[in-house]
Amino acid sequence: MSLAAKDLHASMRGVTRVYPAVEDHPAVHALGPVDLDLRLGEFFSVVGPSGCGKSTLLDVLAGLAPASAGTVTFEGRSVTGQVPEGTGVVFQEDASFPWLTVWDNAAFALRRAAVSKSVVRERVDHTLSFMGLADFSSAYPAQLSGGMRQRLCIARTLVTRPRLLLLDEPFGALDQQTRLLMGDELLRIWRQTGATIFLITHALDEAAMLSDRVGVMSARPGQLIEIVETCWPRDRDSTIVSRPEFGEVTGRLWARLRGESLKALELTGMHRGRVIAS
Amino acid sequence: MSRAGFIRLLVVAAAIFALEVACRAGVIDAITIIPPSAMAAGAWNLLVSGRYTQDILLTLGSVGLAVVLAIVGGFGLGYVLFRLPRLRRALDPLLASYYAVPTFVFYPLFIVLFGLNRLPLVAIGFVFAVIAMAINTLTGFERVPPVLRRTAKALRLSEPATLVGITMPACAPYLLTGAKLVIAYSFIGVIAGEFVLSGAGVGHQIAFAYNNFDNPNMYGLMLLLIGFVSALNMVLFAWERRFYRRRGLT
Repeated sequence: MSLAAKDLHASMRGVTRVYPAVEDHPAVHALGPVDLDLRLGEFFSVVGPSGCGKSTLLDVLAGLAPASAGTVTFEGRSVTGQVPEGTGVVFQEDASFPWLTVWDNAAFALRRAAVSKSVVRERVDHTLSFMGLADFSSAYPAQLSGGMRQRLCIARTLVTRPRLLLLDEPFGALDQQTRLLMGDELLRIWRQTGATIFLITHALDEAAMLSDRVGVMSARPGQLIEIVETCWPRDRDSTIVSRPEFGEVTGRLWARLRGESLKALELTGMHRGRVIAS
Repeated sequence: MSRAGFIRLLVVAAAIFALEVACRAGVIDAITIIPPSAMAAGAWNLLVSGRYTQDILLTLGSVGLAVVLAIVGGFGLGYVLFRLPRLRRALDPLLASYYAVPTFVFYPLFIVLFGLNRLPLVAIGFVFAVIAMAINTLTGFERVPPVLRRTAKALRLSEPATLVGITMPACAPYLLTGAKLVIAYSFIGVIAGEFVLSGAGVGHQIAFAYNNFDNPNMYGLMLLLIGFVSALNMVLFAWERRFYRRRGLT
């Protein structure tokens, strides 16, 4: 489905990523070809089997890694070799800076960009308050829980006011209840900032709960084999998981993904036959 | 004070007391070791008289210069090795066996290069310490979590900004360890050099006092030196503890 130019925020055309051969290791075709249009202000998630290239897809879209072939554009401009202005990235691992306080962590990017002190103060105070971290401004990351540290990483990205927010399994290390609550916070951020969100996750329920659309990826080399529209209202939260439609969406995702997950297991030599044989 | 710290203090105090008793009772010959109280008195007299002030300043100046050069040079070398993995692989065997080489054999070469002054001693301190800093810098850079480098890219930081803003603070514990080793090795290099190769400095004065059976001065200088190095270590240790606690590493 083609989009009007004003609704198109980012796109990928024929994108592939091949990791070149290194010494004894042969080249690995990790991704693609992938075609994808991200709509302005939508919440798009990607699910797929382990090792299918989800994170590679995010890296290429962000400009953190180059595409081996194909083109990536963000707001009409080509993405090549550098993360474009207006794009924010949050990773799965704890990327908070342990040597800085919560406040200084959040202010880091703005200070590096030589933004005026008053603007830094206003944006950081506002964002920390928005993320529920205002009371911990002078604490160090080591004094925070895993969930709070991840909120801090999101806050550090949000202060730069990204128009496209890319999240690579940001809640992967959190327990289920915290994930649901963080999901609510993410939806709140999404509504209030109006940013386009691109989320990589391995949790089908998380993708189904949060997203307007969910892209399902094949086993490696990862390709988008289906895009599922959830049709949720914009003003939603984690209570949506109790609705019958939620089960339908999750079931549809799993039906599409199950075969690919089995293929991925076979690729890694862990399919059932071998497990039993061993 | 922690229980372990109290026990440690008690053990040291007991050892000093035992030595004092042994010396006073004549169990240990006064030509061999003088009582700790006499050592302390000797050290105090040395400080008050100002007789060795020039030597102390010479030694501290040489050590200080060696420390600064070794930290800067070691950091630079560590960074270059990190950025050039092939060079690192080529130099790996040399780095691994570096401390098997007796650096003092280069003293004649340093005299030829720098002349008959303090610089050969500084050079010995530097050569003795620089590789410890380089290895710790290299290890620190290698241990920076990849996600922090990715974060730097995501924040569009330049290479120098990444180095100063993220890489160096992230590997600071290793840099601090390297700096501590540099201080220790520089002291060892310079003092040992003065012992056998110099006409001035604390090391030379200790050797001179030893050759003249001047035990109060010899032990006084030794005590001053040990006291200074221990105080420096305690300051570094306290700073390190605060630093690690802040990062949740203790």
